[in-house]
Amino acid sequence: MSRNLPIVAITPFPVAAAHELGDAQLRANLGRATRTIRDKRARVVAEVADWEPMRDRAAAVKDEVLDNLAELLARFEAAAVAAGATVHHATDAAHANAIVTELVKAQRAESVVKIKSMATQEIGLNEALEAAGVTPIETDLAELIVQLADDTPSHILVPAIHYNRSQIRELFARRMPGFTATSDEPAVLAGAAREYLRRTFLAAKVAVCGANFAIAETGSLVIVESEGNGRMCLTLPETLIAVVGVEKLLPRFADLGDFLRLLPRSSTGERMNPYTSIFTGVTPGDGPQRLHIVLLDNGRTQVAQDPVGRAALRCIRCSACLNVCPVYERAGGHAYGSVYPGPIGAILSPQLTGQDAGFNKTLPYASTLCGACYDVCPVKINIPEILVHLRQTGPKPAAERAAMSTLSWLMRDRRRWRAALRAARSGSAPLRLIARRHGGTLRRVPWPLSAWTAHRDAPLPAAESFRDWWRRTHESS
Amino acid sequence: MNLPELFAERAGDYRAGMHHCTEAELPAVLAGLLAGASRVVLPAGIAEPWLTGLSVPTLPDGTAPLTAGELDEAGLSVLTGCAVAIAETGTIVLDAGPGQGRRLLTLVPDHHVCVVRDEQIVADVPDMISALPDPTRPLTMISGPSATSDIELNRVEGVHGPRRLDIVCVHP
Amino acid sequence: MRIALFVTCLNDALFPQAGIATVTLLERLGHTVAFPAAQSCCGQMHANTGYAAPARQLERLTEAAFAGHDVIVSPSGSCVAHLRAHTGLPAYELSELLVDVLGVTDVGATFPHRVTYHPTCHGLRMLRLGDRPATLLRAVKGLELIDLPEPEQCCGFGGTFALKNAAVSGAMLADKCANAAATGAEYLAAADNSCLAHIGGGLARHRGAPKPIHYAEILAATGAPS
Repeated sequence: MSRNLPIVAITPFPVAAAHELGDAQLRANLGRATRTIRDKRARVVAEVADWEPMRDRAAAVKDEVLDNLAELLARFEAAAVAAGATVHHATDAAHANAIVTELVKAQRAESVVKIKSMATQEIGLNEALEAAGVTPIETDLAELIVQLADDTPSHILVPAIHYNRSQIRELFARRMPGFTATSDEPAVLAGAAREYLRRTFLAAKVAVCGANFAIAETGSLVIVESEGNGRMCLTLPETLIAVVGVEKLLPRFADLGDFLRLLPRSSTGERMNPYTSIFTGVTPGDGPQRLHIVLLDNGRTQVAQDPVGRAALRCIRCSACLNVCPVYERAGGHAYGSVYPGPIGAILSPQLTGQDAGFNKTLPYASTLCGACYDVCPVKINIPEILVHLRQTGPKPAAERAAMSTLSWLMRDRRRWRAALRAARSGSAPLRLIARRHGGTLRRVPWPLSAWTAHRDAPLPAAESFRDWWRRTHESS
Repeated sequence: MNLPELFAERAGDYRAGMHHCTEAELPAVLAGLLAGASRVVLPAGIAEPWLTGLSVPTLPDGTAPLTAGELDEAGLSVLTGCAVAIAETGTIVLDAGPGQGRRLLTLVPDHHVCVVRDEQIVADVPDMISALPDPTRPLTMISGPSATSDIELNRVEGVHGPRRLDIVCVHP
Repeated sequence: MRIALFVTCLNDALFPQAGIATVTLLERLGHTVAFPAAQSCCGQMHANTGYAAPARQLERLTEAAFAGHDVIVSPSGSCVAHLRAHTGLPAYELSELLVDVLGVTDVGATFPHRVTYHPTCHGLRMLRLGDRPATLLRAVKGLELIDLPEPEQCCGFGGTFALKNAAVSGAMLADKCANAAATGAEYLAAADNSCLAHIGGGLARHRGAPKPIHYAEILAATGAPS
């Protein structure tokens, strides 16, 4: 395939982030939204007495899935088929797109209604359907906003987080037929979306969804949503096609007990999302009578082989890590060049594609390793640890490699190290005279350290190193 | 706080309309809540005594199943019971059993009235799962009216599902 | 108690005052400080920049340098977190040593200034230092501790992040500096000179902003002219 997958960054992260930083409106919108959600999440998490043990249990269940992936997939398939579903296996994006396109064509449908789904975004399903002459209609409000704006999502949970209400009103006025409201009240905007999509739902023949969880024991799929567009898609059309990443499995139905408590609190900061649908195969007289489940690999079994990196596959797409990430808050989702932005995207995209794909190798460096993401992750993915692991296993610039190697050579021998400290001190003596003007710091230094002094003064080696002070004061006698 | 109280508080937080009554008062309470409807959609197996006070016509989902188009008529309300309810999250759970009906009945109409008895309320999601008679029936967990958090991450009520949810808690 | 000091490579070269203050403080409290001269770097910089092999060499070197020491202290939350994760050394960040091991919260210091405290990320989230540094600072005579707005927000340093993602780092730093300046404090204290060098480098460009200081230097201060 010549086209880049939507999980491959085509611009280095630092360049893309610097560009996004220039958009003051974007930063204001992101700052306000992430702050709101951070506070809400903290409040509802504090209510749950056994939150920490629950995170541990959830992580263990997801690890159990990764340890027994093939066996649980087989169990899921058997149960789903027994309940009336048809199960397909897709090795990669192109394979999955071909399966879905063929299924849609078989129903002679010209359009499909879609529930927001990260798996279908990851494989670029909408583009593939359009290429085959099928119109995909996103029915989630935020996805609709993004689709009307010819934009791409910038957040996993709230794809239009980079728009504020007045921008959305203007967009609806321009692009949504029949929109006349002058108010930018969110309830008015949501009401407009309801009117706009209702005819579509009633006429739809085929719906496409993802899944938040797939239960191996029963063959059930679980869809967590807010607006009811999901229920519309899961209930009204005759044919339903679910594209489900293989890591979405849970072994037992009872495992949902913890996951349905963890997910809404972590994602929207609510005790529970408005609607959760759980369905098993086909129910005569109720909902779609044809259910196809496409189990998507697309690099996942490969990632599951990496003893450190595999924990990224525990992810339940809550996006709590985005909302607490100081880098995401400034750079926004588009800078990551992938449908998976933020800290989870920085470890997931390069692993799914390999670090050589596009500029995905720059993503593991899009973090200060501050650890805020790890603290909020409901399945305890140690994101900083995986970022470091990917840095250690990924490609690196030759000049940096040489510098780091020289530095560690100096540091490994006490005589070399002391000599280096003294050389740095005497070499910087003339600089100290210049620095005196700014209270002892340097305002400008040459490249590559000029990146430092673009935003801050640089410190100078001390006039006397600690070890020289120690020798003078503690070892002279 | 006992489970029914906690349930009422938490469901109320979602801006669901909360109502309380005894078994004897229930028909009158339902009649009041449904008085403004053009017609009341009824799932198969709905408890007959609930309907004794109704002053508006009914639309039963019977041997000729109602279509989505019929359910899209303006002014419809739907009346159901539930399989179980969750106190911690203020959630009602429908499992398409008697008195709850097919999933589209509680989706397309703009107003949903749901009856919850105290003994149906469990503490949390894990307890709900053990209380379900059959987890492979189509399940819908409902926590307040349809809502979205897509605009500036603030929850606002009223998108595609029923924009009004009234929950009637029946106490002994 | 005999306590071995891991001064860290950064303090050794650029900020010896933090090491000197740690020694001065512990000796004033009646303890004996040792400085194993074979130490240099814990390996964190190499590890986090992506160089596992040199990082492991430096971790082993640090283990060897401190072999036989039962209590190791370091005036750096970040380096202690790295040692704890990658070596078997009994390393404590200064406030952990004082509060948990030595059981001291009032170290007898005097520092008559307005101070705000930035809890650096690794101290906050990897070591869970919590209230320890603030407890120590509140006991300092004459010191007025002022809350820093949004304290848990990273300053944007992140080692080579500040160079590789200079624009985002600069934006984070600007917010941290604005919050620090808004306190009206004379000093911004922290437990890591790496973060302090970063924040201090930003504050140096704000007129009237707080001056960066390692909190060990405050705890070592007695009000007497040095």
